[in-house]
Amino acid sequence: MKVNFEHRQAAHCETGVTTSLLQNIGVTQITEPLAFGIGAGLFFAHIPLIKINNGPAIAFRTLPGLIFKRTCNALGIPVTRKKFRSKEEAANFLQRQIDAGNPVGCQVGVYYLPYFPKEYRFHFNAHNLIVFGKEGDNYLVSDPIMEHATSLSSYELERVRFAKGALAPKGQIYYPTGPAHVTDEQIKKAIIKGIQKNVRNMLNIPGWFAGVKGIAYTGKNIKKWRDKLGLKTAGLYLAQLVRMQEEIGTGGGGFRYIYAAFLQQAYAYIPNEQLLEISKEFTKAGDMWRNAAVQAAGIYKGRLGSQEDFDVMGNYLIDIAVIERNAFTALKNIKW
Amino acid sequence: MEQKNVPQDESALGKVTREVCYVTDENGNYVTDLSTGWEVKKDALDAAWKDIDGRIAAAMQKVDASEASPLLFFMEYRLMDINILSDYTGLWKWQIKRHLKPTVFKKLSPSTLQKYAEAFNVSIDSLKSMHINEG
Repeated sequence: MKVNFEHRQAAHCETGVTTSLLQNIGVTQITEPLAFGIGAGLFFAHIPLIKINNGPAIAFRTLPGLIFKRTCNALGIPVTRKKFRSKEEAANFLQRQIDAGNPVGCQVGVYYLPYFPKEYRFHFNAHNLIVFGKEGDNYLVSDPIMEHATSLSSYELERVRFAKGALAPKGQIYYPTGPAHVTDEQIKKAIIKGIQKNVRNMLNIPGWFAGVKGIAYTGKNIKKWRDKLGLKTAGLYLAQLVRMQEEIGTGGGGFRYIYAAFLQQAYAYIPNEQLLEISKEFTKAGDMWRNAAVQAAGIYKGRLGSQEDFDVMGNYLIDIAVIERNAFTALKNIKW
Repeated sequence: MEQKNVPQDESALGKVTREVCYVTDENGNYVTDLSTGWEVKKDALDAAWKDIDGRIAAAMQKVDASEASPLLFFMEYRLMDINILSDYTGLWKWQIKRHLKPTVFKKLSPSTLQKYAEAFNVSIDSLKSMHINEG
């Protein structure tokens, strides 16, 4: 049984799932950048003391699940979200959705996801994909990261839906209830709300390690990593930073390019020239993040390694913090 | 990033899928393009795996020297810490810590071994011998 559904590739899994599911119920205006911006997806945090895979816990985006939730809320679309204790109940619920013709989003772990290359399989449990049918024992799967739709056996899907560890998905299923008709006026309001939320998250969030000040904090820290951690571990920390920034699904530059694309698309609904100017600032920030990544690579490849090299690296982030602070302040000051 | 600068380097992911990048075209408008990979991040991933391989090798040495049970090897091999392993097996963390001792591990019941084997996705024989049949 196959639900009427078209696979779309995206840069990022959650925004990809959000876009596809919303398109499928009739929100024809939605694009990945719009979902990302309306969902206030852009973020930075470097959580102190916590380690992930023996490296720093750094995020360039908001908490998993929030983009889908905020975007649907802002567009006034009701959402169903369910977690399960029993694997059987989780499979039955999924089957009922397929029978009813609903493609659904599933939160999964990537460690046992068979179509991912081995090198990408870490215990990361906040990946998202869409199930849109079942043929024999195989579920039809639309994973936004992939160019083409794929499939998983019922055992494989159960295993990733019930992956364990931090952010365990617990079989989580979610979907927007349609059909929905969203007006351009609603999109416009949602864009403004999303920008305002993102401004608050980046400029006013409490804690020295989050928002634009968090970027500068990490930049200052990086300068101390060489002495504090030793060259080898400091290199691994930088490698982790680059992976969080560029690896599967940020669209490049730690989501900064997607946000710049969002502001351009927002201009179609809100013809304010400032949006286009501020978009350029986020492009610049994305370019600087990528330049910083090149510098970091010099260190973890062993080509660079002096304290001066770490200072250059740290200064990149300190400069980025200034650009992003100015860009968000400009967004804050727009008279809507 | 400009569209003409989208990196097309070799990467592990590139064998399975290309990935979407957001880039600007010649007029400065955002479009999407596909990339096979970027050397900078391939190197980051390689650095991470080199570190993991070192941990696996060190764990294997410890097991061979009877300083730890095969659990340590499989934890490194499957990138699991005690929290994750505890979640997968349903065992308490203090139990797992005990089972990391070779003498305690040797006396484990078949049902406990089965829990570990399932968590690591290997057979009980592999669990004991550390021989794994997979790529």
